Amino acid sequence: MSRVLSWDRSVFVLLVVTVAVGAVIDPDFAGGSNLGFVLQDIGEIMLIALPMTFLIMTGEIDLSVASTAALAGCVLGWAWQASGSMAVAVLAAVGTGVVCGAVNGFLVTRLGLGSLAVTIGTLGLYRGLCYALLGDTTVADFPAGWTNLGFSSIPGTPLPYVTPLLVVLAVAFGVVLHLTRTGRWVFAVGQSVEAARFAGIPVARLKFRLFVVTGAVAGLAGIVYDLRFASARPDGALGFELAVIASVLFGGVSIFGGVGTMWGVVSAVLFLGSVRSLLQLQGVPGNALTIITGGLLLASVVIPVVAQRWSAFRERRSRVLAAATP
Amino acid sequence: MRRDAAVLFGQLGVDLDPDRPARGLSIADQQIVEIAKALSTDARVIVMDEPTAALSASESERLLDVARRLRDGGAAVVFVSHRLDEVFALCDRLTVMRDGATVRTCPVAGTDAGEVVRWMVGRELTDLFPKTGTTPGDVVLRVRGLTTDGVFDDVSFDVRAGEIVAFAGLVGSGRSEVVRAVFGIDRYDSGSVEVLGSPLPPADPRAALARGVALVPEDRRQQGLFMPASVARNTAVVVLSRLARRGVVRERAERELAAHWAQRLQLRHGGLDQPVERLSGGNQQKVVLAKWLATDPRLLVVDEPTRGIDVGTKAEVHRLLSEQAGRGLAVLMVSSELPEVLGMADRVLVMREGRLMATLDRGEATQERVMLAATGQASVAGEGSAA
Amino acid sequence: MNGGLRRVLAGREAPVAGALVVVLAVTTAVNPRFLSDQGRFDLLVAIAITGLMAVGQTFVLVMRHVDLSVGSVLGLSAFMAGSAVRGDTGGSLLVALLVGVVVGVVAGLVNGALVAFLRLPALVVTLGTLYVFQGVQALLTGGTRINADQLPASVVSFGVTGFLGVPWLMWVCLLAAAVGGVFLRTRRSGRDLYAVGSNPPAAELVGIPVARRTLLAYMVSGACAGGAGVLFLARFGGVDSNAGIGYELPVVAACVVGGVDIFGGSGTVLGALLGAMLLKTMGVSLSALSVPEFWQQAINGLLLLVAITADRIVLLRRERSARVEAARHRREHAGAVPDPPRDGADRAGHEGATTTEVVR
Repeated sequence: MSRVLSWDRSVFVLLVVTVAVGAVIDPDFAGGSNLGFVLQDIGEIMLIALPMTFLIMTGEIDLSVASTAALAGCVLGWAWQASGSMAVAVLAAVGTGVVCGAVNGFLVTRLGLGSLAVTIGTLGLYRGLCYALLGDTTVADFPAGWTNLGFSSIPGTPLPYVTPLLVVLAVAFGVVLHLTRTGRWVFAVGQSVEAARFAGIPVARLKFRLFVVTGAVAGLAGIVYDLRFASARPDGALGFELAVIASVLFGGVSIFGGVGTMWGVVSAVLFLGSVRSLLQLQGVPGNALTIITGGLLLASVVIPVVAQRWSAFRERRSRVLAAATP
Repeated sequence: MRRDAAVLFGQLGVDLDPDRPARGLSIADQQIVEIAKALSTDARVIVMDEPTAALSASESERLLDVARRLRDGGAAVVFVSHRLDEVFALCDRLTVMRDGATVRTCPVAGTDAGEVVRWMVGRELTDLFPKTGTTPGDVVLRVRGLTTDGVFDDVSFDVRAGEIVAFAGLVGSGRSEVVRAVFGIDRYDSGSVEVLGSPLPPADPRAALARGVALVPEDRRQQGLFMPASVARNTAVVVLSRLARRGVVRERAERELAAHWAQRLQLRHGGLDQPVERLSGGNQQKVVLAKWLATDPRLLVVDEPTRGIDVGTKAEVHRLLSEQAGRGLAVLMVSSELPEVLGMADRVLVMREGRLMATLDRGEATQERVMLAATGQASVAGEGSAA
Repeated sequence: MNGGLRRVLAGREAPVAGALVVVLAVTTAVNPRFLSDQGRFDLLVAIAITGLMAVGQTFVLVMRHVDLSVGSVLGLSAFMAGSAVRGDTGGSLLVALLVGVVVGVVAGLVNGALVAFLRLPALVVTLGTLYVFQGVQALLTGGTRINADQLPASVVSFGVTGFLGVPWLMWVCLLAAAVGGVFLRTRRSGRDLYAVGSNPPAAELVGIPVARRTLLAYMVSGACAGGAGVLFLARFGGVDSNAGIGYELPVVAACVVGGVDIFGGSGTVLGALLGAMLLKTMGVSLSALSVPEFWQQAINGLLLLVAITADRIVLLRRERSARVEAARHRREHAGAVPDPPRDGADRAGHEGATTTEVVR
């Protein structure tokens, strides 16, 4: 892939094209209420995708994020019922996320276990704790003032209340990844863990913190999820982990680490949300939309490889031709 | 299958348990397993790509014997090597390549090392190992009784400012492991490391860096560089804190730093944004050196600083190290190239089987004495003499 | 023989089998009905589907790859097989099995081709095809489901009957495990999979056809998932568009608990099958012990963490002792040289070194 048309730029262009095409063929798509709906729909995915980008950039992965979000959501409901204070409940939920992330981080960085295996384990563990906490019940008596945050929009705009949170966090994560020392470290660790250790980068500490931040943001996403559906359920956010990872990878982050941009990931989440919405409005059944997600994810890895092989082939051929004609 | 493996090991003249995992073997033994693997398929053509790069002289000799036996058995052997003495000891014909093109193919009998080197570099080489005369200053690094069970045992030495101290010995004798432990990459079981008179906490490379210790690692591609990252990013990665303002890295300062070092080390590159994976081996090594010299160290540890780089750059690296030592930098150099050790070092520490066997001053250090200490066998001393 | 026994006991399967026996014993002691004929039958039925998928997954995992699409393949194959024998098509169990396995093999070919020939990362590819296959199934079903009364009797009875007290479903799983296990252990191409998994570039250098082996592993995984789809159809007497969703991670978990290294190079089909048995038995025994069933996921997760932690500790110990032993071996070897005597030589040489140091 050439410098001009890198993958993250392509995703951004795709996003713009999709929105433009959508606006032309379906007036409902570009309408304000639909925009709000799309943003609400992708809220949790976008939130978790931000720290997940960091983790995957360092060559790690966290499959337990959806279970962490669900557990934080359950803790929110449980703590609200137990304490009667939403402030306490929110703190408890985020704290739960932090603890979940810290457990993952400990197992990966201290015991040296593979994050894929560890987080498949904690995926089950945290989800099991959801049921242990709430059983088969749901908590649905959150105060209306809070649940309104979840599904109404900011007065005078079509935007849901989650929008400012998304914008602030996306900018913050982008700045840290691309402009700061921590960000440089993330790239370095992803490109070579060994060289990073020799360069004095505190690899284990960095990764541990990334797991904790991922847990905390997943906890936040659990709160957003609860408020959106005005209830805490043990089966909340089911399967979100793969959707998040698919978005991050589609956004141009290499599964091997060391390559990626934050705006590529943000564009990817927005693009996938827009495409789903557009197709839904055209009457494509919801379950079939996964073809789009999967197909795009495959395209994101197939196209660069094919393009690279093609350009390598052309370069070789032109060199041979040049050599043949002195 | 187990029996077949044992028979093959027997043919190769080694005593290895076929059930052992390859993981714990020495590099030389792993190499032998590799060759046994090739033999097990009754290969008629065997290509050995730098088979001795990680081996010591006597281990290399064993490998050359195996290669000769394969040849006598009717197999064709293609031997790719940087070590000219081995080429002359083993090969019937040689081909010199430079920049992806064949320079010359001729019978080994009709040429000599000097001529081959000229073909390799395309110019005459004069001063390969600049001599230095320095007066050592204060003790910068003091290591006492450093021990890691099964790796190295009770290692003690000093390195002074302005001094180049070389670690000689066979590959696998524990030299790299000692310097890794000193820098804090690996934990050690007992002993102490002091830098400028105060103890260095174990297993903490950041602490070592903060105290002015730099380590140019053995494996450039894996340990020294971030291959997909640019020249500028690689040069600046260790000193990011210095280049950052409120946590935000100033790109201009980063580029200025990289440009400064690129010029100083005469780096041949295609722009500071060029990924280092596109540089030649020698230029990559210069980036690694720049990266560590940029930290302004008091002690520079270099592990195999010239392995696998061209002869011209090699001389530049040697000149640079002497120059830095001349300015009062303490240099600790691990090297498997005896001429390099003898040419560069003010003092030579010889290790064998994880123990320090001898400390030789420049005047005392000869190939024979170093080899004797390194192998513990008088019969092998004097072998491994390079071109 | 003694060495053989020792190897079995030292292997990774023994502790899993031990844990399985303990779980069975404790549960039976508390609730004797647990291993009644019916109880045992139900337990084995529950194991069969995950077990079969774990057998296939082992092929992929030992090559340092992963197949996340197995759940979707199961759903797709269950639906295709069900459609092929539905109503008055006159189809039979054999047709269903054939269709299911073919669907699985084709899915495996897609995964394998992308991983092997384009050299794409397995995690990304199979995550992509997880969604694609799931979507294809949703498009085909269009929200409809296949019910037991639409299926031929041979298929439905296959799910509820057995032979020698073992359900037919489990026989399928055992047959696959036996064939797969023997192949991986004794066949040259089976051994190749381990070689590729422990060091892909080295495997390429010794001339192993890595791409072809990768394709093979994915086809096996696909075939097992496809077969599991037919078992699913028979067991539940039908299929809807949610079939198989979320199955992929428990299957990987079963393999890992059974000692298959997620970083490739080691693990056996037997271990994976035992892992699946342990996890499933745990779940069933919890309800037999009247522990709320929702603890099952938490305990399975915990079990996985314990398994990988134990593996890690054993590995670190072994590496350390190998290091120490290698050093001793080296020293003894050096001692074989007649002059000078080993211990004294080392001492003397070492002290000489320190002395020189101090003199300076």
